[in-house]
Parts: sequence; C-alpha cells; structure tokens
Amino acid sequence: MHEWLNNIAPAFQRVPELLAQHLQLSFAALALALLIALPLAVWASRNRHVANVALGFASLVQTIPALALLALFYPLLLALTALFGDLIQPLGFLPSLLALTLYALLPILRNAVTGLNGVDAAIVEAADGVGMTRAQKLRLVEAPLAAPTIMAGIRTAAVWTIGAATLSTTVGQPSLGDLIFAGLQTQNWSLVLAGCLTSAALAIIVDMLLGTIENAIATRRKRRGWTAAALLAGGLVFALAPIGASGDGKDTVIIGSKRFGEQYILAKLIGHRLEDAGYNVRYREGLGSAVMFQAVTNDDVNISIDYAGTVWTNEMDRTDSVPRPEMIDTITRWSRDTYGVNVAGPLGFENTYAFAVRPDDAENLNIKTMDDLARVSPDFVFGTDLEFLERPEWQMVKDAYPLRFKGERAFEPTFMYKALSSRQADVISAFSSDGRIAANNFVVLDDPKGAVPAYDALLMVSPKYANDAEFIATIQPLLNAISVEKMRKANYMVDREDDKKSPAESARWLAGQLENKE
Amino acid sequence: MPDTLLKKRGPSLEFIGLSRHYGNVVAVDNISQHIEPGEFIALVGASGSGKSTLLKMVNRLIEPTSGQVEIGGEDVTTHEVHELRRSIGYVFQNIGLFPHMDIAHNIAIGSRIGSRPVLPTGEITELLKLVDLPTEMASRMPDQLSGGQQQRVGVARALSTKPGLMLMDEPFGALDPITRENLATSYRALHDRLGLTTIMVTHDMAKALLIADRIWVMSAGKIAADASPAQLLAGGYGDEAESLVAVPRGQAERLLARKADG
Ligand SMILES: Nc1ncnc2c1ncn2[C@@H]1O[C@H](COP(=O)(O)OP(=O)(O)OP(=O)(O)O)[C@@H](O)[C@H]1O
Ligand SMILES: [Mg+2]
Repeated sequence: MHEWLNNIAPAFQRVPELLAQHLQLSFAALALALLIALPLAVWASRNRHVANVALGFASLVQTIPALALLALFYPLLLALTALFGDLIQPLGFLPSLLALTLYALLPILRNAVTGLNGVDAAIVEAADGVGMTRAQKLRLVEAPLAAPTIMAGIRTAAVWTIGAATLSTTVGQPSLGDLIFAGLQTQNWSLVLAGCLTSAALAIIVDMLLGTIENAIATRRKRRGWTAAALLAGGLVFALAPIGASGDGKDTVIIGSKRFGEQYILAKLIGHRLEDAGYNVRYREGLGSAVMFQAVTNDDVNISIDYAGTVWTNEMDRTDSVPRPEMIDTITRWSRDTYGVNVAGPLGFENTYAFAVRPDDAENLNIKTMDDLARVSPDFVFGTDLEFLERPEWQMVKDAYPLRFKGERAFEPTFMYKALSSRQADVISAFSSDGRIAANNFVVLDDPKGAVPAYDALLMVSPKYANDAEFIATIQPLLNAISVEKMRKANYMVDREDDKKSPAESARWLAGQLENKE
Repeated sequence: MPDTLLKKRGPSLEFIGLSRHYGNVVAVDNISQHIEPGEFIALVGASGSGKSTLLKMVNRLIEPTSGQVEIGGEDVTTHEVHELRRSIGYVFQNIGLFPHMDIAHNIAIGSRIGSRPVLPTGEITELLKLVDLPTEMASRMPDQLSGGQQQRVGVARALSTKPGLMLMDEPFGALDPITRENLATSYRALHDRLGLTTIMVTHDMAKALLIADRIWVMSAGKIAADASPAQLLAGGYGDEAESLVAVPRGQAERLLARKADG
C-alpha cells in the first residue's frame, strides 16, 4: 500500500558508511567522557565541593538542547582557530565529539559518584584496617564494588550518545542522522526509517554487550565478559577501518547543503558537474543555516547555495529594503572584502518567504495581499518553519503589516504544507520555490510594501577556490540558468508522495533543463 | 613459665594521656596504660564505654583528640599509616570481609597489598584450620558463610601477615559456646607459641577471666579497673568490676547448687 515500503532496500545503501562514522564518533565521545568522568568521580567522591561543582556543571550541560549545544561549538571553535590555526576544525568531527562528550558526562559522573559513595562504610574501614593505600583501596575495593553502578551509568551514556550522534549531521559530521534529516526534508520515509532503525539497533546492541560485561563482572564470569568486550572492540575496529581508506586527495571539493530538499538537489547538481570535470566531491548535508555561511567563509565548505535575503539580514544585519540588483551587488562586494568569499552569481530563481493560504479562504474571504491577511489575522493560525519566528524577516513583516494571529505554530517544513491543507494552520510562511505550493493550489499573497527582502539563490565559493578560474568556469553554466518554475518542478519531484525521486535523480533532470546551456 | 624464655614477637604498648571526644561525648577519657611485650589483655565494659574507640586509636583508624600511643617505644605516627596497619592484626567488631572476594582472597589480602610474596595455598589452608574451618571454604564467597564462620575468617585474615600485635574487637561474639571455647583456647595457645601481644575486647567475662593475663574494665571512657583475673575475683576493684565478675561467679554457684539438688 505504501510505496515507500518498496524503497526500504535502497535506503539502506548508505548505511554501512554512515554507520561506521556514527560508531567512530559515538565511541570516541564515550571514551573521552570516560577518561574525564571517571577520575573526576573519584575526586568528587572524596570531596563534596568537587562533587557539587562537577555534578552541577554536568547537569547544566544536560539542560541545553543537544542541537543548540552542537551549534554553539562552531563559533567557539572558530574563535580558537585564531589561536591554533589548522589544528582545530570548527566543523564536523571535533564539535560533535565535544558536544557528545559533554552530554555523556552526567550519567557516568553521577553513577560513579553514587557508586563510590555507596560502598559500605564498614568495608571501607576494613580496607583501611588491613593497610591499603588510597590507590589500593580504590582499585581493590571501591572500584569493584561500585562497578555495577558505574556500568549502569556507562550504559545510559552509551545509549544517549548513540542517539544524540544523529544530530551531529547539523554541524557537518556524517552520521546516521544524514539519512534521518535528508529523509525528513524530502519526505522519504524509508530513509528516515533506515536511519532510525540502524541507530536504534546500534544502541540496543551496544547496551546489550555492556550489560553482558556488567553481568559478567557481577558474577565473575570472565570468559563471557571478555567475549562481549571483544565484540565491542571488533565494532570499533570496523568503525575505524574506513579512516585509513578515505585519506582524501587534496582536490576534494566539499559541497554544503542546508536542511531542505532544494539544497540537497542543488548540491548534487553542483557535485555532478564538478565530478564530470574531474574533481573529487564530498557532501556536507543538513547544515544549519547560520553554520553554513561561516563554514564557507572558513573553507570548511567550499561551495554552497545561499539566499540573498538570508545573507542580508542574518550576516550583514541589514533591515532596509533595496532593489534586487543593488542588493546582490552589495552582498557580492561585502562577501569578497570581508571574507574573501566569491559570490559567483545568482542561479536565476528566488526562494523567498511567501505567505500562502488555502484557495477556498483566498476566495471566500477575498485575501490577495498581505494587507488582506492583516485584516483576517485575528481568526487565523500561522504555521511556520522552525526558525522563521526568530528571524529578522518576521520582524520586518510585522513592522510593515499589523498582523495579530490567533495562534502561531512551528513545523518541520514538510509538515508545514500538510498543516495548511489539513487546516491545522490557515496561513504559512511557505518557500516560493517549493513545488508543493502549486501542487496544492495554495495562493501566494502579494507583498505591496516589499517588506520581505529578495531571496535570490546565490552560488557562494569559499576563499580556497574563490580565484580559481578553472573552478569558476566549471560552475559558470549554472548561473542564471534555473527558472523558478524549473526549480519548483525539481523540488516537487523530491517532495511529492507518489513516484518520489531522489535528490540525485532530480538533479540529473534539472541538469538537462538548464536554460543557459554551453 | 618456659614461654617467657622464647623470643617475643609482640611489642610493648603505651597509652599516654589518650583522649577522644565526639562533640560533648568523651568516648575515651585521658587513658594512660602500659602493656608488656607478650601480654594478653582482655578489655571489658558496658556497651558504649569506649572499647572500640580505644582499640582503633592504636592502628589510627581513629585519631586521638589528645595524647599518644606508642608501640615498642615508637609513636604510631612515626611511619606511614598503611605501614603501621599492615604490621598490626585487626579483627573488626563488624567482621568487614570484602564481599567481592572469595575467602582465600580475603585471607590473602594482606600479602597482596604488602611487599610480602603472595600467600601460598598451604598457608591459607593452615590459617583456616587454625580457626576451625574446612579447606573447601577457601573458594566460597563471604555471603555463603554463616556469621560465625565469617568472623573466624576475619581472625584468619588478621593473622595472615604474621603480626606481632593483635587487636581483636569481639572476635568470637557470633559463635556458639562450644566453638567459642575451642577457638579462644586455641588462640590463647597460638598467642603463647608466637609470643604475640594481644588486646581482645569481649563481653564474655568468664572467657576473659579464663584466658587473659590482665583485664581492663572500661567505664565511661576510663579504665575503671586494671587487674589480673585472680585479683579481680578476689574483689576490691570497684562496683563496675564487681558487678561484671558477679555474673559468671553467680552462674557457677547456681550450677553447682543445681547439681547438688539433683
Ligand atoms: N563517629 C562517632 N561519632 C560520635 N560519637 C561516636 C562515634 N563513634 C563512637 N561514638 C561514641 O563514643 C562512645 C564509645 O563508642 P565505642 O564504639 O568505642 O563503644 P564500645 O565500648 O566499643 O561499645 P560496644 O561494646 O557497643 O561496641 C559511644 O558513646 C559512641 O556513641
Ligand atoms: Mg565496640
């Protein structure tokens, strides 16, 4: 019945590679957390102040959403690159490792302190009485007796870490989250399922093996414990194997994409072109919007598609509206002068925030413009993507039109369109290049005051290739070559529910439609 | 006594103005006492009178509030605390076996943590025999033993490092009377054979009178009486000592009277 069930096998295609990366990251984070938390726990179990500070800090970290914690490491590490240069990579493995390590600290620390403090005082006194030194007491008595509690903490941390590692996709570290994020954005449920199932299975298996070790310690069955430990170590070897193999050549171009379908398609479009020209290509998919721009300025991503209005408001902090050509000109100069980033040019279409309503409402309530929307807004529920309400554009729109909605609800973009058609929202901040607007006959409202800035898609090239004539020539044919109609079609191929295409397939189709053919 | 001709392994012991306070509670109150090498002291007294506290200040499980302890003329704070403890055999009032180690490992722990070679199995067997436990118990875990059996392992563990000084806090409290009798007698023999110095806390006044060289009666942190069993039985050492001695004496008299009735 569900077509996506048939797609489940191909969805698992990328699993081995991503699973290895996922394992690597989770193990590394867990190992680092152990290295920090265990000695700290020993210290904390002997000093109440240390315990308060350490547990307080670990609990505090835990209250920060994992997604935010990951994103926060980017600017932090970027600042550190100023001191340490290339030693520090602000995107990818390092921020993921640090964030996950911090996350894993609390369960390990808390259980270890509880376990160590929970050792019967009479037994500790006996250890003193027979003449053990502090170290002997820890090694021979306290640690073995606290081991079950400590192991329980490690198991919790392992499950959390493996789960949270899916989020490292957002800072450019490949993980099983790549499948989940890509699947969510393109409504490819088999991808989502593949990512979730694999990461859940991984968590369960690791938990089981750790549980076996815990049990073997408690019952002193050495053979079993070592078998489980060997299996874990085997997993680690499997995870590390690709590291040596993927020692990329120097001419690998890293293509970034944000977390929605259009970006995945355009990344593939660029990637295919570059590969045809002999470049090695790697994708960093699912990056957050703010992380993306900084990543390009910093050569962590070599090429990306950004939108004029996003750079204008978020990066340049401008809130004024200027004509489109002037805006693109200003952005181009600013990017070059400030960061050495080459804005190669616009792709030819715009992906702006478009307020869309259902056709029946548009007709019955006579809504054509944003001014009309302001009139009916007290009866309307506003559905947005997850970030719009925090963006400066929203402020600019509110300043221009007196909008007072009955309610505001944020959705993943995929669900935003469904929310409008299923009447959970009455107006949405749609994306103008999204194929689902036309497919649903949604009506896009005019913006007579020009409150929303222009959102031309711009091809951004990082400093490394900014002045590379051959490179620029390779991507040149993409400029001014994609009309909004073509982009909508390409997007819809990926977003629709029937006869769904992959971003790569859609990109191939789009490549044949370029209006600026060589 | 021919025993006194043997070289004594046990050291002398000196308490000098020793006190330990817990807030307002004076657990040990300015005690000054001397113990000869090879002496067997029984420490008796009411619950809470400070016996354990006094004992633990010898191996520094408890630090005194004031005063000092000397072993063989040397202040106990002279050496590293773990070195001091390794040279003293200590039997805990609450047994204190390591629950995650089998009996053999519990007994051998002293040799494992010290610089001595690891205890050979033969010696573990011998120690078990000494406390009247079968060899098979060596591989059992502590929770697979009865309370009395565990207590005896505690005694074997204390003896395993061949200490000269033994501090025993109610070592036979959980034993049935017959085993207690046997063990107390065989321990006293061992004490004599090795020339140990022993302080044994006990609530069993009859036992104390039968095996100790000297009895200290403790009361409210002080040594209320310090006398040989014969002196104590003769009387004149205060109410505390009198009432303690009265118990076994009364029992013995009533038993004899019963026999006569029969
Ligand atoms: N850690 C402590 N804090 C406060 N008071 C204590 C502490 N340890 C012992 N005491 C008190 O010191 C006194 C002596 O205790 P101790 O354990 O030496 O008695 P004891 O003679 O060994 O008694 P028992 O025959 O019941 O073992 C008691 O009043 C006890 O409550
Ligand atoms: Mg006591």
